[in-house]
Amino acid sequence: MVLVIGVGNEYREDDGVGVWVARRLAAHGLRAVERSGEGAGLIDAWSGAARVIVVDAATAGAAPGTLHRFDATRTVLPRGVFRCSSHDFGVAEGIETARVLGRLPPALELYAIEGARFGHGTEMTPAVAAAAGRLVDDLLSVTEGWR
Amino acid sequence: MSALETAAASISPNPSPPRIIKVDALARVEGEGALYVRVRDRQVQDIKFRIYEPPRFFEGLLKGRPFSDAPDITARICGICPIAYLTGASQAMEMALGVTLPPGPLHDLRRMVYCGEWIQSHVLHAYMLHAPDFLGMADAIEIARAHPGVVERGLRMKQLGNRLLEVIGGRACHPVNLKVGGFYRAPTVAEIRALIAPLERAVEDALETIRLFASFDFPNYEDDYTFVALKHPEVYAIEEGRIVNNRGLDLELAEFERHYGEDHVAHSTALQGVLYGDHGPAYLVGPLARYALSYDQLTPLCHQAAREAGMAPVERNPFRSLLVRGIETLYACEEALRLAKGYEEPDRPAVPVTPRAGRGFGCTEAPRGICYHRYDLDDEGRILSARIMSPTAQNQKIIEADLKGVVQRNLDLDDEALKWRCEQTIRNYDPCISCSTHVLTLTVDRD
Repeated sequence: MVLVIGVGNEYREDDGVGVWVARRLAAHGLRAVERSGEGAGLIDAWSGAARVIVVDAATAGAAPGTLHRFDATRTVLPRGVFRCSSHDFGVAEGIETARVLGRLPPALELYAIEGARFGHGTEMTPAVAAAAGRLVDDLLSVTEGWR
Repeated sequence: MSALETAAASISPNPSPPRIIKVDALARVEGEGALYVRVRDRQVQDIKFRIYEPPRFFEGLLKGRPFSDAPDITARICGICPIAYLTGASQAMEMALGVTLPPGPLHDLRRMVYCGEWIQSHVLHAYMLHAPDFLGMADAIEIARAHPGVVERGLRMKQLGNRLLEVIGGRACHPVNLKVGGFYRAPTVAEIRALIAPLERAVEDALETIRLFASFDFPNYEDDYTFVALKHPEVYAIEEGRIVNNRGLDLELAEFERHYGEDHVAHSTALQGVLYGDHGPAYLVGPLARYALSYDQLTPLCHQAAREAGMAPVERNPFRSLLVRGIETLYACEEALRLAKGYEEPDRPAVPVTPRAGRGFGCTEAPRGICYHRYDLDDEGRILSARIMSPTAQNQKIIEADLKGVVQRNLDLDDEALKWRCEQTIRNYDPCISCSTHVLTLTVDRD
């Protein structure tokens, strides 16, 4: 069974996109949890899960709404791309520490949507919201056989 | 969640006098901040510890809202220590509404979930963020390669802290089960008992942690700090107590603002805490202060572990705050274990509260130090005014003072080494910049 981990803060505009996607997928019956993006907590969250999808916001300098996809079991993640990096031990650090310790799940995909605004507020920018909607549809179809 | 954007530290070469070292975004701290240091004729002339996260205006956001909103809204100030905000705001509202949590399970659950936050926060900071400084490594990933067992132990302890938050708080991130008057649902005895075995292991892990940290070399640096912390006559103060310092000031919460306040400085978007009078303005909150003021309230096992680690009852070297976090983690594990063993389900998950006009104060020991709340309510329990003083805001002046002292004594270090030492100095305080803008780019300017 697949586990979705939505990362971010719904009160920081586009930073909430990961949480938004996780909630939509949960409403469709997927197992989904929300996390702040602190890396050690992620390792804890996916413990025992076979297939994991992490959804986060990105600040990689691309156009707002651009979707970045990483197969974390095959690719070493770039640092400083993912939005939620609590105490600088964030998503990328959590995944790389888990890789060193042999604690990555057998399948781990990371989707990060490029954000534009990270101020105080619960509204996402239109391009980010649209990309989030498309990602929900895509993930529902990708995970159909895994549920 | 705060936004910490990793940006490479940039160091200007020695152009002509003065010499400037600059760090535009501090690593391994929570939030966004910068440091600027200027040195001329081997004298530190200027230190600015600059916070550039936008101010959060939480106090303004609370006005007009019902009293019951304050815990959850203020908890969003920080992703790392939500329990501090949930508990401090709840306490203040309870005082304003004239209720108290009776001794027994509700009181114990509040303390136990707070122990979970201490374990989670201290272990994350000490293992993942601060320990690399003492091991000469860039980050926890390097430690994991060299010493996987060490990082595994840290992860195991942190996971236990998360479990305490999940079982009592409803979830590990932004707990949802705490409210004014207690909890929405009290955990069952079976749920709490299931924590006993992992807590027993965590006590052993905490002892191993202290032994590991005691083997580190700590830079020499001491100061005659004004320590400020909560103090309770019987237990190591976490979620309640009087606000005391080591200069003889012993205050009820309602007296705090007569002696302590906040200054705005041009170089920071966060207010800086000040102590009025002869022993101010800078003062220190957090592990060193708590340990110095409440050493007697620690357990025999904590005293033994501290002695074996070569610690004195008062530690004035801020770099040794790492050791104190180890002792406090041990204490939190022991205390949560004690409370879990004695837990019985309460008759009801919360004491009833009725809205009324009033003023209330709350203060708890967040992992980084005291977090103070004051609220005024109208007849219907709506918030008329709010004031919150976060621990990192209170520590800003002492962090600047430490930086000045540390740079002055380490002028012979090259720029790169000095920059690292400065960042390490800031990490001594586990600063939570998100909370204080209510921190870091480093610039050292020297000739």
